[in-house]
Amino acid sequence: MNPLATAPLIELRNVSVGYGDRVILNGVNLKLERGKVLALIGTSGGGKTTVLRLLGRQLRPISGQVFFDGQDLAPLSLPELYAVRRRMGMLFQFGALFTDLSVFENVAFPLREHTDLSESMIRDLVLMKLNAVGLRGARDLLPSEVSGGMARRVALARAIALDPDLVLYDEPFAGLDPISLGVAARLIRDLNDALGLTSVIVSHDLHETFEIADEVAMIANGQVVAQGTPEELRHSDDPLVRQFVGAQADGPVRFHQPARPVAEDFGVSA
Amino acid sequence: MQSSRYDAWVGFFVLIGGAALLFLALKAGNLLSLNFDETYQVSARFDNIGGLKARAAVKSAGVVVGRVESISFDDKTFQAKVVLNLHKATLFPKDSSAKILTAGLLGEQYIGLEPGAEEKNLASGDVIRQTQSAVVLENLIGQFINSKASDMGSAAPASGSKP
Amino acid sequence: MMALATRIGAGLRSTLVDVGAAARLFGSLLARSPKALARFVLVREQVFYLGNRSLSIIGVSGLFVGFVLALQGYYTLQRYGSAEAVGLLVALSLVRELGPVVAALLFAGRAGTSLTAEIGLMKAGEQLTAMEMMAVDPVQRVLAPRFWGGFIAMPLLAAVFSAVGIIGGWLVAVPLIGIDAGAFWSQMQGGVDVFADVGNGVIKSLVFGVTVTFVALLQGYTCSPTPEGVSAATTRTVVLASLAVLALDFMLTALMFSI
Repeated sequence: MNPLATAPLIELRNVSVGYGDRVILNGVNLKLERGKVLALIGTSGGGKTTVLRLLGRQLRPISGQVFFDGQDLAPLSLPELYAVRRRMGMLFQFGALFTDLSVFENVAFPLREHTDLSESMIRDLVLMKLNAVGLRGARDLLPSEVSGGMARRVALARAIALDPDLVLYDEPFAGLDPISLGVAARLIRDLNDALGLTSVIVSHDLHETFEIADEVAMIANGQVVAQGTPEELRHSDDPLVRQFVGAQADGPVRFHQPARPVAEDFGVSA
Repeated sequence: MQSSRYDAWVGFFVLIGGAALLFLALKAGNLLSLNFDETYQVSARFDNIGGLKARAAVKSAGVVVGRVESISFDDKTFQAKVVLNLHKATLFPKDSSAKILTAGLLGEQYIGLEPGAEEKNLASGDVIRQTQSAVVLENLIGQFINSKASDMGSAAPASGSKP
Repeated sequence: MMALATRIGAGLRSTLVDVGAAARLFGSLLARSPKALARFVLVREQVFYLGNRSLSIIGVSGLFVGFVLALQGYYTLQRYGSAEAVGLLVALSLVRELGPVVAALLFAGRAGTSLTAEIGLMKAGEQLTAMEMMAVDPVQRVLAPRFWGGFIAMPLLAAVFSAVGIIGGWLVAVPLIGIDAGAFWSQMQGGVDVFADVGNGVIKSLVFGVTVTFVALLQGYTCSPTPEGVSAATTRTVVLASLAVLALDFMLTALMFSI
C-alpha cells in the first residue's frame, strides 16, 4: 500500500442497480480514500447492503461503474474477480461462520484455501488474528458454543486473515449487548488504523458509528442524500437527515403507512 | 495430503463394499466358472429354431461346450442359420448332429450336439449337416388332433354315429 | 381463457428456466471436479458421512428384504416343484433390481435429505456467500466433494444391500425352511451372470448415485434461505430423487435386460 497514493480505493460512478422492476440505487456516486472508515446509513432496504454487494461484485449495476483500486469490476473474469476478492474481507451480519468447523479452523480457512503455508505458519497467523480480536482462548470452540458477539469477532478475525486492503462490515453492531458493541466498535477502528485498512460499515447504530467513522454517507430513495464527516451530518439542515440523526418518529419518512381515511375505517366523522 | 479422523472408517466402508461385490461376483455369480478359452466357429441350418436365442448354451452330454453366437435368416434356403462358438478344447466329428432341446419343462432352449462316427473333426467355418428343429407346440397339437380325428373316422362306420 | 394460457405459459417457462439452471449446475460440478478430487480428503470425509452413516439402515433393510424374498419366493416356487430355485430367485431379484433401486431410495431418504438440509442451512446462514466473498467457489469446495462422495458410496451400498439380502435369503431358505444348501448355491451360480447381472446392477447403482446426489445438492443449493424453504427443499429431494430413480430403473432395465 503506497501511502502517497491519492486515488480512491473504491469508487462508485453513476451507478444504478435494481431487481426486475424495482430500482434500488439510481445514479449513485461514492468515493473512499485509503485508510478511511466510511459509514453507510439510511432507511432499511434503502440500498446500503446493495453497495457492499456491488463492491464485491455479487451484484452487477444496470448502468455506471464500480472501481476497486482503479480497476473496473465489470469486465473481470472469474479468476481475476477472485484475485480482487482476496484483497477484501467481509463481515456478514451474524458472522456467517462455518458451523462444522471450529473457531480456529474458521479463521484458518482462507489461509488454507489460498496459501501454501506450512501448518505451523498457519497456526501462528491464526492465533495472531484471534489475539487481535481477543479470542485466542476460544480457538477450539465450535460456532454453536460461542455467543453472538464472540461469533462476530471470530468472523472479523477471519475477514482479516489474508491482510486485505478493504474490509466491508454488514451491520456489525446489530443485536449486541453494550459491552460487545463497544468492543466491536473499538476493534473496527483500531484494526483499521493498525493494519492500514480501509473500511466500509453499514449500520443503524448511529452513536457508535459516528464515533469511529471518518466519513458518513446517507442513502435514501436510491440516492446519496448526504455525505460528509459525522459532525457535518449532525448539524445538517436537510429534513431527512435531521429526522434520521435525531431519531424522530415523523418527518420526510412518514409515521403512517398510506391508508384509507380515518373516517372510513372507524366510522367517525372527521 | 491431509488426513481426516474418519479415514479408518472410510477404509472400512470401502472394504465392506468391495467384499460385498466380490461375494456377489464369486458366490452368487458365475465368475469362477467363466470360460475364457478360445473358440472356433461352425454353423448349422434349422427349419425352425423355436425359442432359441443368442448366447444360449451349446451342450454335449449335458456339459456346456460352447455358445450360440448369432441367429440369422437365410433367404435362399428359407432356413434359419445359427452360428456356434465351440471351445477349442472340444472337437467333434464332421458328421455330428445338432438338435434344439429344452431345459426342463418351461426352461430355455439350447443346442444339443451328438457326436458322429467320422474320423475327421469339425474345423472353423464348417457346416453341421444333420440338424433337428425345435418342437413347436402348435404342430404337435395339430398332429395329435389329426391322428385322433382319423382314429375316430375309422371307428365311425362300426358305431354308425357321426363324429 | 387468456389468463389460463398465460399461467400455463409462465409455468412452462419457469420450469424450463429451472431445468436450464440445473443443467448449468451439473456442468459446473463436472468442470470443477478435477480440482475437487485433487483434495481427496474432502471427498473421503463425505464418503464417511454419506456411506458409513447409511450402512446400518442399508444392512438391516437388505436383511429383511432377503428374508421376505426367500419366503414369498418359496411359497410360489414350491407349487411348481421348483423350490430349489429360490436362491436363484433371491439373487437375481436383488442383484438386478432391488439392490440398486431400494438402496438408492433409502439413500435418498437418509443421505439425500441430510445433504439438502446441510446445504440449505449453509445458504440460509450466508456461509456460501461468505465463501464466495473469500474467493472460494462453493461449487468446488462444498458441492463437488459431496457429489463424488455420493458417487463412490452408492454402488458400495447397493452391493452391501444385495449381499446381505442374499445371506438373509439363505438364512430363511436353508436353516429355516430346509432347502438343500448345495442346490441353493449351485442354482444361483448357474443363473447369475457376473457381467450381465452383477455388472448391470453396478452400472444402475452408479447412475442412481449420480441422480440422487445431484438432486439433493441441487435442491439445497437453490432453496429459499428460510426455514420453510429448507424444509420444502428436503421434501422435494426425497420425492424427486425417488421418482427419478424409479423412472431411470425402468429405462435401464429395458436397455440392459432386453431380449
